[in-house]
Amino acid sequence: MYGKGLRALSLATFAALTATFALVFFYAPLDADQGFIQKIFYVHVPVAIVTLCAYVLGAVFAILHLRTRERRWDLRSYVAIHIALIFNVLGLLTGAIWAKASWGHWWVWDEPTLVSYLIVFLLFATYQPLRFSIEDPERQARYASVFAIMAGAFVPLNFIAVRAATAYVHPRVLATSEGGMPGQMALTFLIAIVAMTLLFALLCSYEIAAKQTRWQLRALRRRLLGGDAVAPLGRSAAPSLGEPAPRGPAARASRSPAEVAS
Amino acid sequence: MIAAVIAAAPALPLDEAGKYVAAAFVVFVAVIVIYVAIMATKLQRMSRELHELNAAVEARERGEAARAEAAKR
Repeated sequence: MYGKGLRALSLATFAALTATFALVFFYAPLDADQGFIQKIFYVHVPVAIVTLCAYVLGAVFAILHLRTRERRWDLRSYVAIHIALIFNVLGLLTGAIWAKASWGHWWVWDEPTLVSYLIVFLLFATYQPLRFSIEDPERQARYASVFAIMAGAFVPLNFIAVRAATAYVHPRVLATSEGGMPGQMALTFLIAIVAMTLLFALLCSYEIAAKQTRWQLRALRRRLLGGDAVAPLGRSAAPSLGEPAPRGPAARASRSPAEVAS
Repeated sequence: MIAAVIAAAPALPLDEAGKYVAAAFVVFVAVIVIYVAIMATKLQRMSRELHELNAAVEARERGEAARAEAAKR
């Protein structure tokens, strides 16, 4: 069954997002330095953190795909990177709005955090065209997994390099030596991270369920109406799930005696 | 209830910074809504396809029933 647990996940995400918005505007104190503009951080920073973690998650799924050769891992890697790209765009947009309010510019090119985040986005933006350029589904999945692993490994290295840089003006939300955030802000920030993580998981689950259902429908159409009723697959960046394994008497009939015995 | 919550909540300093904060949250919600709309379109397409398959199955069952009826006679 596809989309199992979607309702519970949807409700949890809705509750977490509502709680986050309520806490941001009615509970978290105003920042002494930045004032009301700092409220943007409760969206921008969790989105950025979830984005980077999602890219690494995509790389982990890609490793599992290369190890097992199971297409479901390729699908999960693809969806994780796909949703992470959407989150990345969100992070860039909300960051630009904050920068305009705080620095007076939409973008500052000599700020390592911003530029590195953009580089990560541009790197992963090539993932879909790479997949699209390879027609054979097996090769597409393999090459995409290798790319996802290499690009995924770049993400933490990039993060550490930027964090180690001394010449920055970008504020550090997760402070290291300055003592961190006060309790109310930290709680709000933590709940915001949970909400964004749930939102990411929810969107991934929806996307995976939709893709699997579409393939199941395609297989059903083929079984009911014959191969001619199914349009040939065009070139696509999305992973091919292949035909689902036959079930019931047809499956038993197609198996060899050795397979049946085992 | 919402009115009571708003009445009890502290006033928000919606001065110059207010429009930027509002823009950031609107962008966040808008991107999510656009994504949900795209998913809804996909769901609609799948629902239409499922409807077609249901119709095909019903037509096939009606044909089989008619053939069985004719064979009995």
